[in-house]
Amino acid sequence: MPAIDRDRLVEANLIPPVLAELAGQFLVLSLLSIGGGNAIIPEIHRRAVDVEHWMTDADFAQMFALSQAAPGPNVLIVSLIGWKVAGPVGGVVAMLAMSAPSSALTYAVSHAWERFRDAPWRVVIQQGLAPVTVGLILASGYVLTRAADATWVAYAITGVTLALALATPLHPLWLLGAAAVLGAVGLV
Amino acid sequence: MRAPPSVGASGLFVGFLKIGLSGFGGVLPFARRMIVDKQQWLTEHEFLDVLSLSQFLPGPNIVNVSIVVGRRFAGVRGAIAAFAGLMLMPLIIVLALATLYAEVAQIAAVRGALSGISSSASGLILATALKLSRPLKQRPWQIAICVIAFVAIALLRVPLFWTLLVLCPLSIAIAWWRRT
Repeated sequence: MPAIDRDRLVEANLIPPVLAELAGQFLVLSLLSIGGGNAIIPEIHRRAVDVEHWMTDADFAQMFALSQAAPGPNVLIVSLIGWKVAGPVGGVVAMLAMSAPSSALTYAVSHAWERFRDAPWRVVIQQGLAPVTVGLILASGYVLTRAADATWVAYAITGVTLALALATPLHPLWLLGAAAVLGAVGLV
Repeated sequence: MRAPPSVGASGLFVGFLKIGLSGFGGVLPFARRMIVDKQQWLTEHEFLDVLSLSQFLPGPNIVNVSIVVGRRFAGVRGAIAAFAGLMLMPLIIVLALATLYAEVAQIAAVRGALSGISSSASGLILATALKLSRPLKQRPWQIAICVIAFVAIALLRVPLFWTLLVLCPLSIAIAWWRRT
C-alpha cells in the first residue's frame, strides 16, 4: 500500500493498517502455537524478519533479550515485536491477538477435558504431539542462536549456558546476569 | 476429600498478578507454587491435569492455565480476571523497558549487555529442548518426528502451518498404530 493511502486512513481515524496487519498475523499464530511460547519463535522470526521485513535479525535478537530481561511469561516477545512495529499500542494489540483465539478454545474445551482423563485417544494424541513440540523448541534455540551470535565469544556464551543449564541446578537468572556483564564490558 | 475453595474474580486477579511478576524465563514453576502450595486453589493432581490440558492445546501454556483456573472458580469473569492479572504488570514492565531501551540503545554497554543476554537465553532454550527430548529416546519414531520438525522449521524454513498440517496427523497416526 502506498504511503499516501496509509496516511489518509490514519487521518480518517480508521484502524492503522499496520495494527490490523499485526493483529491478523498473531490471531493466526495463536491457534498454531502448539507447544507454547518457545515453540512459536521460529515462525514469529520467519514472519517478522523474512516475510514482513519488520526488523533485522539483530533487532529480533535484541527484542528476544528484552523479553528475557523482564519478569513474566516467555510469550512477552510477541508484545515487543508489536512494540517495534507500532509502539506501545502495537505491543498490547499483538499480545491480545496472540492470546484471544487460543484462550477461547481453551475455555470451550476445558470442561470436557476431565471426562476424557483416561481415554486412550488422549494418551495417543499427547504421544504424537510431544516430539513435534520438542522439534519446534529445538528449532527456536537454533534460530535464536543464529540471530544472536555473531562472534565466537557469543557462541561460547550460548554453549556454556547450555552446558550449565543441563548439568547444574543453577538459577537461569545467574547465567543471564553473567552474560549481561560480559556483554556490558564489551566482550561479546 | 477437602471442600473446593471459593475464589472470586478479584482473588484470581491478585493471585495471577503475583504469578506474572514472579518468574524470569518462564513462570510455570512459580504458578505451581502459588496455586498449589500457597493459595491451595488446586491439589497437586488437579494442577497437573490443568497443566496437561494447557500444554496440549495451542496458546501460551501459562495463559491457558490462567483461563482454566479462572473459569473453574468464576466462569468468564474469572477467566478474564486471571488473564488480566497475569499479563498486566509484565506487559507494562516490558513495554517500559523497550521504551527506555530505545532511549539508551546507542550506548555500547547497553547494547552489549543485551547481546550477552540474547546469547545466553538462546542457550537456555536449547537446554529446555534437550531436557524435554529425554523421554523421547524410548521410542525411535518420536526421535525421527522431532528431527523432521527441526529440519523443516529451522533449516528449510517451511511455514509452521504446513509443517503442523503434515507432521501432527502423521505423528498421531504412528502413536495410534504403536499404542500398547
